[in-house]
Amino acid sequence: MRIALLHSRIRVEERLLLDELASLGIDHELIDVRELVFDIHDASRWTSFDAVIDRCIGQTQALAGVRVFERFGVRTVNPASVIEACGDKLTTSLLMARHEIPTPRTCIALDEASALAAVERIGYPAVLKPTTGSWGRLLARVNDRDAAEAVIEHKGTLGSVQHSVFYVQEYVPKPDRDLRVFVVGEEAICGIVRHSAHWITNTARGGVASVLEITPEIRDRCARAARAVAGPGGALLAIDLLEAPGRGLLVSEINHTMEFRNSIAPTGVNIPRRMIEWVVATAPGSAARGAAQSTVATSTPSTLAPPPSSPRSRAALVEELKLGHWAAFDAHSRTEVA
Amino acid sequence: MNPTAPTPPSVQSVECTECAASIALQRVPLCGEIVRCRDCQAELEVTSVSPLRVELAPEVEEDWGE
Ligand SMILES: Nc1ncnc2c1ncn2[C@@H]1O[C@H](COP(=O)(O)OP(=O)(O)OP(=O)(O)O)[C@@H](O)[C@H]1O
Ligand SMILES: [Mg+2]
Ligand SMILES: [Zn+2]
Repeated sequence: MRIALLHSRIRVEERLLLDELASLGIDHELIDVRELVFDIHDASRWTSFDAVIDRCIGQTQALAGVRVFERFGVRTVNPASVIEACGDKLTTSLLMARHEIPTPRTCIALDEASALAAVERIGYPAVLKPTTGSWGRLLARVNDRDAAEAVIEHKGTLGSVQHSVFYVQEYVPKPDRDLRVFVVGEEAICGIVRHSAHWITNTARGGVASVLEITPEIRDRCARAARAVAGPGGALLAIDLLEAPGRGLLVSEINHTMEFRNSIAPTGVNIPRRMIEWVVATAPGSAARGAAQSTVATSTPSTLAPPPSSPRSRAALVEELKLGHWAAFDAHSRTEVA
Repeated sequence: MNPTAPTPPSVQSVECTECAASIALQRVPLCGEIVRCRDCQAELEVTSVSPLRVELAPEVEEDWGE
């Protein structure tokens, strides 16, 4: 078993993932996307990896790197299709709408004049978001037409071309919190509640986290959302949910390179361990490869095994970590790689 | 770089805000200086020299995120 971690800056999250790889005795290599040179005619340097885990902070780099690995036949986590589906809020929203997964009402406009029409159609207050980006950056709530005109003009004048895609959403009058659920495969493994007096509740913006109880509604929403962006079997995702009064939970957005450093302590779940276990279990050639089903996956936090003396095979890891349940539903799709 | 050359003594050390490694500074830092953590490559900005404090350098790119 050989895993590559594709990264740019190494944050606490990447360190924790590396620690788990080491403690499981998995042969792994760090690949700095900034130093990378791919010779597209020669895949030999890369094909020894059973999986590449993308942890790049920049989405453009991530997507390009992951695409190359995929074309070389290397399994990527998350795959390019998932990065595309989650990294662009318009695509995420379109997928939620198409799969009839509850999500805030959203309109899109591609010109300043039509952007104002989109806001008027949504009604006030409305939220304008860049379609890419994170940590609550450059989100704007507009409470009236004057504010809408100002924000639209500023975006059109000062923003990059990306800001000429106007993504307009209803403001959901949620309580002063939102929910973030960590999904491994299709299973909601744990979650946090982010509290803040400000409507943007991101912990990156000062929100405070506490543990979230995973209810059947959360489990169901997340499994469906994971399938919508990643297909059967899901991916490694953090799904943000908003509690809409009278309407239940709305999928707000889905993150494909989730940050989890502040969520391990409140939830008591070893999130990086669960991520690595899933990568091992679903790697090509793994005896346990297959689509996960939320009904069979367990939520028990992982127990730490002592670091083994030598790198271990997939089969040994799957056996030891008791990951065989991942195989139950998709045994026929196993592909043994020489 | 010559690997046998002794590393200059550090005058101060500071905990990296990203990976918790100890960052040894070879010179007395200046406020606003960018230092790089050898462990995680993070670029940190010194926001205070007494007491010594660093913060992640504010250089978020448009396509950065989760
Ligand atoms: N339509 C909305 N109505 C009310 N609050 C919203 C809405 N959209 C976003 N928010 C609030 O703003 C926060 C950030 O929004 P969003 O998740 O869309 O942006 P982001 O920059 O991708 O942030 P993240 O780092 O969480 O991925 C949400 O967690 C939520 O608290
Ligand atoms: Mg996001
Ligand atoms: Zn560091």
